[in-house]
Amino acid sequence: MTNLDFLMAGVGGQGTILASNILAEVGLQLGYDVKKAEVHGMAQRGGQVDSHVRWGEKVFSPLVEVNKVDYIIGFEMLEAARFPQFLKEGSTALVNDYRINPPLVNLGKAGYPSKENIESLLLSRAEKVFWVEGTGIAKELGNPAMVGVVMLGALSNLVGGDKEAWLEVIGQMVPQKFVELNKEAFSEGRKVTG
Amino acid sequence: MKKLMTGNEAFAYGAYLGGVQVGAAYPGTPSSEILDNFSRYPGIFAEWSPNEKVSLDVAIGAAYAGTRAMSSMKHVGLNVASDSLFYAVYTGVKGGLVIICADDPEMHSSQNEQDNRNYAKFAKCPMLEPSDSEEAKQFVGMALDMSEEFETPVLVRSVTRLSHSSTPVEVSDAGPPPPSEETPFYERDAQRYVMVPANARRRHPLVEERLEKLADYAETIPINYIEPGDDNLGIISAGVNYHYAKEVFPNATFLKLGMVYPLPEKLIRAFADRVKTVVIVEELDPFLEEQLRLMGIQVKGKDIFPMLGEFSPTLVRDCAVKAGLIPAPEAPPEIKVDLERPIRPPMLCPGCGHRALFHVLRENGVLVTGDIGCYTLGSAPPLSAMHTTGCMGASIGVAHGIDKAGVKDDVVAVLGDSTFLHSGIHPLIDVLYNQGNTTTIISDNSATAMTGFQEHPGTGKTVQGQPTTVVDPEKLVRGIGFEKVDICDPYEIDQMEKILQDHLKSGKPSVIISRHPCVLHAKEKHTPPEVDPELCINCGICLDVGCSPLIQEDEHVRIDSLLCNGCGLCVKVCPQEAIIEQ
Ligand SMILES: Cc1ncc(C[n+]2csc(CCOP(=O)(O)OP(=O)(O)O)c2C)c(N)n1
Repeated sequence: MTNLDFLMAGVGGQGTILASNILAEVGLQLGYDVKKAEVHGMAQRGGQVDSHVRWGEKVFSPLVEVNKVDYIIGFEMLEAARFPQFLKEGSTALVNDYRINPPLVNLGKAGYPSKENIESLLLSRAEKVFWVEGTGIAKELGNPAMVGVVMLGALSNLVGGDKEAWLEVIGQMVPQKFVELNKEAFSEGRKVTG
Repeated sequence: MKKLMTGNEAFAYGAYLGGVQVGAAYPGTPSSEILDNFSRYPGIFAEWSPNEKVSLDVAIGAAYAGTRAMSSMKHVGLNVASDSLFYAVYTGVKGGLVIICADDPEMHSSQNEQDNRNYAKFAKCPMLEPSDSEEAKQFVGMALDMSEEFETPVLVRSVTRLSHSSTPVEVSDAGPPPPSEETPFYERDAQRYVMVPANARRRHPLVEERLEKLADYAETIPINYIEPGDDNLGIISAGVNYHYAKEVFPNATFLKLGMVYPLPEKLIRAFADRVKTVVIVEELDPFLEEQLRLMGIQVKGKDIFPMLGEFSPTLVRDCAVKAGLIPAPEAPPEIKVDLERPIRPPMLCPGCGHRALFHVLRENGVLVTGDIGCYTLGSAPPLSAMHTTGCMGASIGVAHGIDKAGVKDDVVAVLGDSTFLHSGIHPLIDVLYNQGNTTTIISDNSATAMTGFQEHPGTGKTVQGQPTTVVDPEKLVRGIGFEKVDICDPYEIDQMEKILQDHLKSGKPSVIISRHPCVLHAKEKHTPPEVDPELCINCGICLDVGCSPLIQEDEHVRIDSLLCNGCGLCVKVCPQEAIIEQ
């Protein structure tokens, strides 16, 4: 059983927490010891929201360590770019191709980094960066809030585990009336890395 | 079966399984979900109290009557409830009483970083500290048993990283023990329950004796234990810090403390004799360290680890390497970041009524003494319209003091509806009684928004969903004796400004209720307005309200319709009338 550390980074309101709950639950179903920590500021919309998820034979700390993360899942481009030092060499980044301006950028007082620069920053540790049209796909399916499930679909191919195991957890954890739509979002996500 | 639970869910589950019948709390990050979760279990009574002191008194009353009870709060909540903690330690309790308080190292959402382990020592009350959700569940049960055996309240300490992390918990179908058939009974025993000096003097020696017995108990309690390893290094730790230390020193001998006050001195001495070097891994204050030093034991602690902020495995490892306790791990080359990464601070939501109020306050140049809630974000640029924030309920007293000092600025106090009911009533009485002329603005969004929309006495609903009497702030302040009271929706900015000026000029003590429902909670949304590029001169005045959907571009301002709530504040402030309602 190999240990896997995940870091999810997004913006309040994007559904990072639900996605990390699903990811943690999948780990438990696959037989891992699992811990998860939400690292976020004030319970407010629009701020940074980060989650650490750890799967392992025996996990102590709920927080991941620098230089040790296997997968970073960025729900927003700039947010993904905040944590390259956490990645281990040869790790993987999955980044939603979506930008939400921080207030200073809106006010014209700061710049937003380019996609190329974000990619090369991540590649200073990661072996591969997958750009996922997460918000785009979710919007097309009718609900931008499903971006997390699209991202999980893309991740699921890489970390393994039976597709059905993932779908079962998703079925239990998303609102009943959106189960089918979320399953579709998951499958679309899988295509990105499949 | 194992289930993932947050620390807070596990505390609630433990309280339920432990037979807690009465749970009372005031919300506060990171503790709020303890009572939220507890309130959903069958057969129990749960309440949001107006503040932490009330919640603790309620729990104490229930425990006097032999019922198991819980009060939960954030760390600073125990400052508010501390008077009650101290008397309850003297009187003792009959039914188990557990007080769960959650510290916030790093101040993720708090005004200070106090270490509440100090309260255990200060109030002479035992304290347990779980390290994960499974222990959170178990320790609440143990605390209740201990409370009944020693007739004392028991503190259980959490921290943000425990309350808001999820780890597996063993769950079963078995519920709590069946409630006792007997009707709860309050024994009229004045010597015990009436803390007049003569009685309190009789109780104090019992408190000291009890602490000694608890220290003996701590020697054998199974949650204090030694994990044998390489005796060259002995680590003492408790709570989540234990897990960080396990990552960093996998081979060391450990003393894991589940009970952090009072300490098991014999066990600690045996541990210290056995290992070559004793290292204490503890966040915040040197609480364990000072006690060990008093025992005459040589330790490493705060000479290696910081007193500020939250620990993490990264931090513990870095400190341990610097101190030469472990060799430096192999690490990939440092990353050079030459990329601009602007911060993303939390902001008032699009459509938030607090923003409209602060816009008016800023435009009128008043000095604003503030308080704690979402509205504290009114202090951040570009609004920059709040000038003090200390603790809940401080705004009104501070404004009154500034007035009495003779400051010539127009001063107003601003606080939220939940904060007003928590600790805003007494300072208002003070303003009236002591002939102040402070204007107080209650920014009433009909929610405890900051901590997750908990019900409060002004919302008309209890935590368990029962409809109940609404405490109306207007009637309340008129009842105290305020004659000058107005209510206004802050989106009526002209009207709000008129009322504000009228109140300031009146020279009378007064209250303005600025009322607009929380948009997040009420889920209100209108069609976003659009910017007419012909009319917009890109002056940036709309940007000064600090609303995230407004984006300045080269030629003119644009509105992100996905983020916009359609509240229309920018429409009102645009001097060019270039933002058009749709
Ligand atoms: C003594 C104390 N208890 C609890 C808290 C946590 N807390 C901060 S703000 C707040 C509630 C704010 O509600 P309200 O005044 O209605 O303002 P809103 O957030 O709705 O704008 C709470 C419970 C605290 N900081 N201090």
